[in-house]
Order: sequence, then structure tokens, then C-alpha cells
Amino acid sequence: MKKKKFEISSIFIYIVLIFWSQTTIYPIIWVIQNSFKAKDKILANSFSLPIGELFTLANYRKAFGNLNIFGAYKNSIFVSTVVALAVVILAGMASFALVRYSFKLKGFLQSMVMAAMMFPVFATIIPVFSMEAKWGITNTSSWGLTMLSLVLPQIAGNLAFAIVVLTGFIRGLPIDLEEAAYLEGCNVFQIFYKVIVPLTKPSFATVAIFSFLWSYNDLFTQMFFLRRPEMRAITRLLNELTSQEGTNYGLMAAAVTLVVVPVLIVYIFLQKYIIKGMTAGAIKG
Amino acid sequence: MGANIYKNKKPLIVFLFPAFLFMLVYLFYPFFMNILNSFQHIKNLGQSTGRWNDPWYTNYVELIHDPVVLTSLKNTLIMMVVTIVGQVGIALILALLVDNIKAGAKFFRVVYFFPIVISATALGLMFNLIFLYDKGMLNQILESLGKTSLTDWKGEGLALVTMMLPVMWQYVGFYFVIIITGLNNISEELYESASIDGATRFQRVRYVSLPLLHNVICTCVVLAVTGALKVFDLPWTMFPKGMPMKTTFLTGTYMYYQTMEAKNVDYGSTLAIMLVVLGIVTSKIVNVIFKEKDY
Repeated sequence: MKKKKFEISSIFIYIVLIFWSQTTIYPIIWVIQNSFKAKDKILANSFSLPIGELFTLANYRKAFGNLNIFGAYKNSIFVSTVVALAVVILAGMASFALVRYSFKLKGFLQSMVMAAMMFPVFATIIPVFSMEAKWGITNTSSWGLTMLSLVLPQIAGNLAFAIVVLTGFIRGLPIDLEEAAYLEGCNVFQIFYKVIVPLTKPSFATVAIFSFLWSYNDLFTQMFFLRRPEMRAITRLLNELTSQEGTNYGLMAAAVTLVVVPVLIVYIFLQKYIIKGMTAGAIKG
Repeated sequence: MGANIYKNKKPLIVFLFPAFLFMLVYLFYPFFMNILNSFQHIKNLGQSTGRWNDPWYTNYVELIHDPVVLTSLKNTLIMMVVTIVGQVGIALILALLVDNIKAGAKFFRVVYFFPIVISATALGLMFNLIFLYDKGMLNQILESLGKTSLTDWKGEGLALVTMMLPVMWQYVGFYFVIIITGLNNISEELYESASIDGATRFQRVRYVSLPLLHNVICTCVVLAVTGALKVFDLPWTMFPKGMPMKTTFLTGTYMYYQTMEAKNVDYGSTLAIMLVVLGIVTSKIVNVIFKEKDY
């Protein structure tokens, strides 16, 4: 008797859970299958699979022909990798010092980090742009300088959060290993490089993944600093596509597919670390 | 002993200087410059004329009289309610349900979280196709269900709903993972002793899970409220320039519009300050309402 009741409520639970999972899975599948159909076919029968006469690669031919997708990928991956590496290195060093040393300004610096987390990008972007314009690195024809102008504010935007996460991890490390290394004759820099870094590798990975994805998906900063067509990164390119080819639904579906599928594949392999990385700030420890 | 290693303070500067220099130059200095900018007259982005407005508070007067500011504030407040009720609420229900099943918990976790990884710009394009008037996915579904006229999802009547649903949908998985982690931290013994005392499944949720989740939910609500202020990519992709008729502006998108499209840069920085003040006030209110408790 009791067992049967349990089963009925379980079925209800699974129905609700599967319904929500459909809202995240099906739209993507719908877009992917329509990316293989001609524009007018999408409007007529968007739910059928693209097989037989429906199937076409025209959208992809157009996407690779008209849009500089590979260039945008290259820009995005370059920018996000540099941001992730810089954030991990700078925040790692600062967190180590903030945890292990005691000094006069420590409390002040810690509250500086907390304050820095509060600044929304909206409130700093205009002066940052004028500052970089004064240095002559915005709106130039140089690829390197343009990418630099985007990378620098993105690093700054992630630092405070990364320091908060990493200090949490480093504080949990036992000091014994550092003492042993010190007795062996290591100086502080060697201790950091040979003891702290290897021990905190998983949390460094967490922070790096978070910074990478944040930078990769951040449209707002890209809108300010990537003005020239050849400099566009992925999200900037997609944004441009809406305003210029807003009615070419097949092309839009193909572009969304080209952007979503690589991320999806990476996500399937790294989901454990990605989920941990993206929620690290909220879940302490 | 540990103090010995770190007695020599000279390496400190090497460790701390780069990170804090970055924050000073790219966060603190611009933040204060932005306050100054809101009193100045700046025609083009990147120009600093140094000319002060006359009177200096001109932009703030404009702020009060600008009807679009009111619209954007109203929309942002609605957005906050939607993120609290929609994101945290749905996430809580889903998490409590997943906590009660035996198989598949990991699958749901991976699937629910996945929209967060995708750039909101790509999702914006996707939802443009879904909400298309003639005929996106939704209108095709409605048609097959027997509806004869097409629904204008982006028209004035439904525009806000169409804008906020995808934003809400995207982040449910984020709060789901946070709440599930909180649930996993509740010790099994508490549930067992509740069962021994004759508690039903519902009572266990009501009297064990929910009270112990209080602080986790509190964190989620704070994150949802501050997150609602930062929403930009999805609304700007789906409803650029506050379409239709400037009714869908949020404080963030309106700030961008004034700065980049209307070329009213100093007014843009004034809007940014309004956004900061709004953030401080709302998170204070949330903290008062959902005070953290110790158990």
C-alpha cells in the first residue's frame, strides 16, 4: 500500500522535472534542426526533421561566406584566455599575501576588495574608455592594441571576485608544508610557486573557468571596445547580425548553432568544473 | 614558526602591487571619475572637455523629468520581482523535487545549468526566432493547438513578458545548483528522526528542509536582486533601443542607449550613478527582510 503511493508521487515529480529539462534542451534542438532548412521552410514546418528535400547547407555556406566566424572565434578565445590567465596569476599572488602575511593595511585592502566587487561595470565603463582613449589604445587599426583595450578592463572586473574565492581556499591549507619548504631553504617566491600553486590547482581552475566564460559571454564591454568589423569577437558579431540580417532566419539559426555547439561540447566534458566555477562565489568552500 | 617565514615583509609589495594597481586604475579611479562626469558636459565618448554643466546638477534635474527613467526604473523593479519569484522560486521547487528522487539527479543538474554557459546574446537570437510573429516556434505551437490569430509577442502588450521570460529561464539552473548544494549539506539524521516522529514527506520539507535552507535562499535572493540590475545582453539583443516605443528599457540598457546611441555621455554616467544607488538601496532592503539567522 505504502509503496504504491510512493510511486505515484515519484511519477509526478519526474513529470515536472522532465518538463523543465525540456525547456532547456528543446529550444536548442529546434534551432539546430532549423539551421539546416531554407528560410521559407522554417516558417512552414519548423518541427519536422531536416531530412530529404528539407535539408540544405545554404545557411552555413552563407554564414562562413558572409560572416567572419573564424576570425571572431580567434578574437574571443584569445581575449578570454588572456583574461583567465591574468586573473588567476594576479589574484593568486594577492590572495596568498592577504592570507599569510599580517600587516598594517591588511584590513583596509580586504575591504577594498569587497568594495570592488560592488562596482557595476556600468558605473566605470565611461571613464575607463576615456582613460584608454587618452593612452591611444581604443579605436585604433592595430589588432593588438584593440584586444588590449578590451582585456584590461575585463581583468579588473574579475579580480575582486577571484581574490575572494582564492583567499577562501588558501586559508584552508595547512601551513606545515610551507614550513617544511622554508626549512629546506626555499624563499617566499619559491614557496608560492612550488607549494601553494600546486596545492590550489583545482581552485585556480575554477577561477580560470569562471573568468574565461564571463569574458567570452560579456557583450557590454565588447560593445564599447570592439568597434571595427575585423576586430569583432563572437558575441559582438552575433549582436551585429541581429541588426543587419534580422529577417534571415536560416542564417540566424546557423549562427546560433555555430556559437552554441562548441560551448555545449566543452560543457559536456567539463560540466563538473564549470558548474563549480560559476557558482563558486555563492557557495563558500 | 609560520610567522618566521612571513616576517620579512618585503615580498609583500610584489604580491599585492599588480592586483591592487589594476583595481585602483580600472575600478576605483573610474568610479569616482564617473561621479565627476555626471556633473560635466561630454559630447563624445572618450572626450573629456572638463566643462562643467551650468548649473552643475543639470543632469540630475533631467533625470527626474525624464519619463523614460521612470519606465526603466519600473521595469527594473519588475525584473527584480521576476528574478526573485521566478528564478529562486522555480529553482527551489525543482531542487526540493530533485532531492526526493533516487535516479537522475545528476542529469537534471547538468541540463538545468546549461543555459548559463551559453552567451545571452546567442540566447537572445534564439528567442527572437522562438517569439517570431510570422511564425516563430510559439506561434506555430499555438496554431496547432487551434488558435487562429497570431500573437504579437513583441508588441506593446506582451513586450515586457517576452523580454523577462528568457532572462528568468536562463538563470533558474544557477540557483538550482546553489540550493541543491545547500540541501545536500543537511544531515540525513535530521530527516530520519523526523520520519521516526511520523512526519510525512511534505512535513519533512516544510519543517526540516525549508528552515535549514533559510540562509541559502537569502544568499540567492541577494544574488537575484543584484543580478537583475546587471541584465543587459538578452534585453539589448531582443529589444534594442527599448523597442517598442522605449517601453522595454531597463536601467542598464537605458544607460547604454544614452551613452552610445543618443551620444549623451554625461547623462549616461548620471544614469550609472542612479543604478549604483538603486543597487545599494535594494540590497539593504533585502538584507533587512531576509535577515540571516544562526541555527
